[in-house]
Amino acid sequence: MASAHSIPSIEERFEFTSGAKRNLMIGGAVGLALVLVGAYLAANGGGGHEVAAHGAEAAGHAGAEHAAAGHEAAGHHTAGWIKRIWANLWVNGVYFTGISVIGLFFISYNYLAQAGWSAVFKRVPEAMPAFLPFTGVIMLLTFVFGGHDLFHWTHAGLYEVGGPEYDPIIAGKQGYLNTPFFLGRLVFYFVVWYWLWKVIRNLSLQEDEIGGTEFYEKSIRFGTAFLVVFGVTSSTSAWDFVMSIDTHWFSTMFGWYTLASWHVSGLAVITLTVVMLRDRGYLRAVNKSHLRDLGKFVFAFSIFWTYVWFAQFLLIYYANLPEETIYFIERFSGYEGYYKAPFFITLFLNFFFPFLVLMTRDSKYTPSILKVACWSVIIGHYMDFYTNIMPGTVGSEASFGPLEWGFFLIFICAFTWSVASQLSKANLIPRNHPMLEESLHHDIA
Amino acid sequence: MAELTGKYLVGVYDDDDTVLHAVPKLRKSGVKIEEVYSPFPIHGLDEALGHPRTRIGIAAFMFGVTGCCCALTLMIWTMGIDWPMIIGGKDPISIPNYIPITFELTVLFTAFGMVTTFFISNGMGPASHFHPRFDFRSTDNKFVMAINMGSNAMSEDEISRALRDSGAEEVNIKQF
Repeated sequence: MASAHSIPSIEERFEFTSGAKRNLMIGGAVGLALVLVGAYLAANGGGGHEVAAHGAEAAGHAGAEHAAAGHEAAGHHTAGWIKRIWANLWVNGVYFTGISVIGLFFISYNYLAQAGWSAVFKRVPEAMPAFLPFTGVIMLLTFVFGGHDLFHWTHAGLYEVGGPEYDPIIAGKQGYLNTPFFLGRLVFYFVVWYWLWKVIRNLSLQEDEIGGTEFYEKSIRFGTAFLVVFGVTSSTSAWDFVMSIDTHWFSTMFGWYTLASWHVSGLAVITLTVVMLRDRGYLRAVNKSHLRDLGKFVFAFSIFWTYVWFAQFLLIYYANLPEETIYFIERFSGYEGYYKAPFFITLFLNFFFPFLVLMTRDSKYTPSILKVACWSVIIGHYMDFYTNIMPGTVGSEASFGPLEWGFFLIFICAFTWSVASQLSKANLIPRNHPMLEESLHHDIA
Repeated sequence: MAELTGKYLVGVYDDDDTVLHAVPKLRKSGVKIEEVYSPFPIHGLDEALGHPRTRIGIAAFMFGVTGCCCALTLMIWTMGIDWPMIIGGKDPISIPNYIPITFELTVLFTAFGMVTTFFISNGMGPASHFHPRFDFRSTDNKFVMAINMGSNAMSEDEISRALRDSGAEEVNIKQF
């Protein structure tokens, strides 16, 4: 009986209070302190699992692994802790880029499908891509200054025919994997994603003031354009940002796999933000049915991620080709089995936990359960990118200490700041959205 | 729905909104409604009628677990224990290989189990020959409310009047 519900006011403005700002500042400062402590500990041989006691052994082991993988790391002289800092910036950069861009992805497919239900909380995904310039600059700087430590293929010696480091396989990929083209792509992704977001965001803000269906129609067109662009760039960026680290290895599932990972974590962030806004008294027009549909989204796409993950794993496991299985062997038993724990934690946090917790109907609209499940997915997918990126970059020198927690915390606080300041810039509910009326009466009982 | 016997008052409505608003009004005045038939699902009707929530989800979970266990047992027993086979150089018992079939059987058991449960609990199996038809137009353009006189204390006239007051355009009597 949707018509019997009283609809709360749609005129509300999110206030980014000084208290919230202070808390985020404190969070960021704690993150920074953790990073400094972590860097100090790592630079002095403590804190990591590569502690001095078995450092030499680990290095020898890593050398063997790398040779097996065709990763002769000649020219790698950077200290482990600096590499770890670059790798951490890269992990968080890739992860939060994904979460941000998924905001636009969500809006775009909702426009294309002319979906009505999501209109009421549309400002939340709409606020997320504002973080893109931040991660874009971080990733650009990380690549420019730390690219040699992260990407094996950036070493010039690999391409000198007859040289001591010549690697015919990597040399064969030079047409795609070369620094100018990579930098061009990196900049292209961020510019195009951000520009399309800016256009759609401005249309949405104008619609708020002027009204009418003209802005909606235009948004559908720009949203569709974004989906076409993202259909290609989501895959290519996944190859560039993550897959090219393990330069010899390739998987045709990888674009999908990363998109699935980004998508479910983006959905978890949207859901978590909506729930937290409701906790603070905003978005009262979001009802049980909206929450349940968001819960379904997180539930369904955590299964989808598992499906893609498993499809990639099973094909490689079954075919048993050495150049493919090395990827999983590195994570299972390589580096003294260090990555085995993150590997299985990823599966648990991203599949078993949300699957069992969000299975029943009631849990999908219970705020406390949604929060736990969303955090599980958000942390789980951080671990996912950690397991994807770390073995090929820092390898045996990886660790999970204050450095990792610190960087993750800094990025979370910065991202939250960005989303909150975007939310405070406009009415929290798009008051002139043509589908708003349908959304306010959304009922799936 | 078990046996439907006895005398029924059948209210025929022309509009889904009318019937949705009639249900709480009638229940408030003390009329016990057996069921409402509609050509399409009406949002909120289940709650308005006070029907208990379906437990088919629990059944589905049980069927799924059964299917999962059956699949794993079948494969581990046949491929790994009774006649160990090495396929593709893998261990006879290699769980990753079993996942696709485990998934398929989980889904299959769940689907068949739910359909069977639904048919049995609604008396719609092939063995059931009793199909009450209160009004054929409930499959076309009318919304039909069935009221069992046996479970109502009010008189026929009173209920009939209440039905008309709530917007029914016809009130018929049906005897099974």
